[in-house]
Amino acid sequence: MITKMSTDRSALPDESGHFGSYGGLYVPETLMTALQELSETYAEAKKDPAYVEQLNWHLKEFAGRPTELYFAERMTESLGGAKIYFKREDLLHTGAHKINNVIGQALLALRMGKKRIIAETGAGQHGIATAAACAKFGLECVIYMGRVDMERQALNVYRMRLCGAEVRPVDAGQKTLKEAVSEAMRDWVTNVRNTHYILGSALGSHPYPMMVRDFHRIIGQEAKSQIFEKEGRLPDELCACVGGGSNAIGLFYDFLEDESVQMIGVEAGGRGIEQGEHAARFQGGKLGVLQGTKTYVLQNEDGQIELTHSVSAGLDYAAIGPEHAFYRDAGRIDYTYATDEEVLEAFQKCSQIEGIIPALESAHAIAYALKRAPEMEKDSILLVNMSGRGDKDVQQAAKLLGEGDL
Amino acid sequence: MDRIAAEFSRAKDENRKSFIAYLCAGDPNYETSLKVTQVVLESGVHILEFGVPFSDPLADGWTNQCAAKRALDSGITKKDVLNLIRASRVLSAKVPIVLYAYYNQIFSQGTENYLNDCLEAGVDAILALDLPPMEAEDYLATCERVGMKTVFIVAPTTPGNRICEIAKASTGFVYYVSREGVTGVRDSLETSLPRKLKTIQENTSKPVVVGFGISKPSQVREVAEIADGVVVGSAIVNVIADHLDDEEAMLSGLRNSVRELSEGVLL
Repeated sequence: MITKMSTDRSALPDESGHFGSYGGLYVPETLMTALQELSETYAEAKKDPAYVEQLNWHLKEFAGRPTELYFAERMTESLGGAKIYFKREDLLHTGAHKINNVIGQALLALRMGKKRIIAETGAGQHGIATAAACAKFGLECVIYMGRVDMERQALNVYRMRLCGAEVRPVDAGQKTLKEAVSEAMRDWVTNVRNTHYILGSALGSHPYPMMVRDFHRIIGQEAKSQIFEKEGRLPDELCACVGGGSNAIGLFYDFLEDESVQMIGVEAGGRGIEQGEHAARFQGGKLGVLQGTKTYVLQNEDGQIELTHSVSAGLDYAAIGPEHAFYRDAGRIDYTYATDEEVLEAFQKCSQIEGIIPALESAHAIAYALKRAPEMEKDSILLVNMSGRGDKDVQQAAKLLGEGDL
Repeated sequence: MDRIAAEFSRAKDENRKSFIAYLCAGDPNYETSLKVTQVVLESGVHILEFGVPFSDPLADGWTNQCAAKRALDSGITKKDVLNLIRASRVLSAKVPIVLYAYYNQIFSQGTENYLNDCLEAGVDAILALDLPPMEAEDYLATCERVGMKTVFIVAPTTPGNRICEIAKASTGFVYYVSREGVTGVRDSLETSLPRKLKTIQENTSKPVVVGFGISKPSQVREVAEIADGVVVGSAIVNVIADHLDDEEAMLSGLRNSVRELSEGVLL
């Protein structure tokens, strides 16, 4: 447990990947060498000006950074409270913040001489970002995706295939994100010498939670300078959806030391907080170890991982990123959840009054903002991470909203 | 002497190596699993390895994933696994029982509680698949305190310095995974096996067993010449999977195949 926030941020995680009692390296021995190689490569690359320059170049020229910080004027007016700003990660190439991390890791794969890339995907946003980067860098690409997710995100599956990726359906268990991660890890264990695993969230074993966070830090860095430009001050509150938590930690990280800034992570409340009906780990989870990391996990009394549900495939996962667990304990970041119903409402409202169709994941943060903004003072500022765009979700939303197949 | 050390010393006396059979506890259900265990114990097995069925077995190939799913779908709980071990202990007082578990199954129960429950039921050692020694400080201390032996894995990619660390942490035996990949049947053995095994044996005096991908009597014989023990898992689990509708055929198939496989460790 930390006491002084202001001094501790840069020391986390420790050398072996721990955020206090969370995180770490819980993997089969077959992966240890690859993870150590990755840690070393990343540590070197971070200090190499040529790598950093290359990364920034691709982020600008290929991904489209910086993204706008957009004043959601009509939403603000309609709620009558805080001024709402959207950090427009949805405008990035391939449609979500995921590309920030993918470019960083693809460049590391090239550095390690690994020509084959594997990745897991839930909503398909990480999958399409990976497929696009592999096309661009000439890397072989295999994406693991639960069969249920392939059905609800069919558009993204086709986009990945268009970019030359092989999308492999996963039929184990619940056939969603968790099983796709296990299958990617099995592939990695088998092909570890020539393959790099581009994990897509601030999850898994060290160095992934740290590395993925670092690659997304740019979201908060940009947002901070942009809000100073527009408002001349810090925002009062930040909010972001949290599956593994990569977009959230990316936005929050550079504000952690600004004590006046409140931060809220929004988990998937699904059909309500009952066993198997949601993916809100801080509501029903307890400390556990899943897929490489120690964190809050939805599990039963025997330690079997619980089924999860969310309208958004990207948040439908039984564990939360370990750094989130740490900052929750520390009282620095608060967490709440939005239900499927609230999310679908936010999805429509944002489209109708701002002309921006949010990803169902990002709509969790908007659902929170819709409740929260009216409670805040008129001159206060609520900054929402619009982590992805909703094009991929329109077919599913139409179905859920009773409009049938498009 | 503990059961594991006793077995390796008995093997020396009898001029053989140890044949280790892997079963998923509770596959396909409690009653059949108990009969399966009895048949395996009667068919020449020297160490019994029980996989504790887990919802997310990321180190396991399809065969063992399906076995875990069959067990869990039939309603197997932690309590049933412990009961199965108790029953096995009644069937054989001397065969060491090693649990093959994912760390969350241990950690979530409170490590000390879990280890004590297992010891009481008759478990001799635990292999926590996704717990490397560098994360295992508390776990190792608890194992030592309560008297549970440990098994850790060495992989083809493990460098020399970590082999020493792993061997030091392994108080039961060292488990060499003969190839990169998950559990499952393979056609041939890795050509690097003898060389790798030699490196491990140069670094530790503890028994070293070899597993992952061994499925034929000829492979058992080949490995037995250079290792202290040979683990066969998926090939045995496949016999169960292939006869789910016919228990008698399943049990006689197991009797034949385990008998044949286990003879491979006679030198």
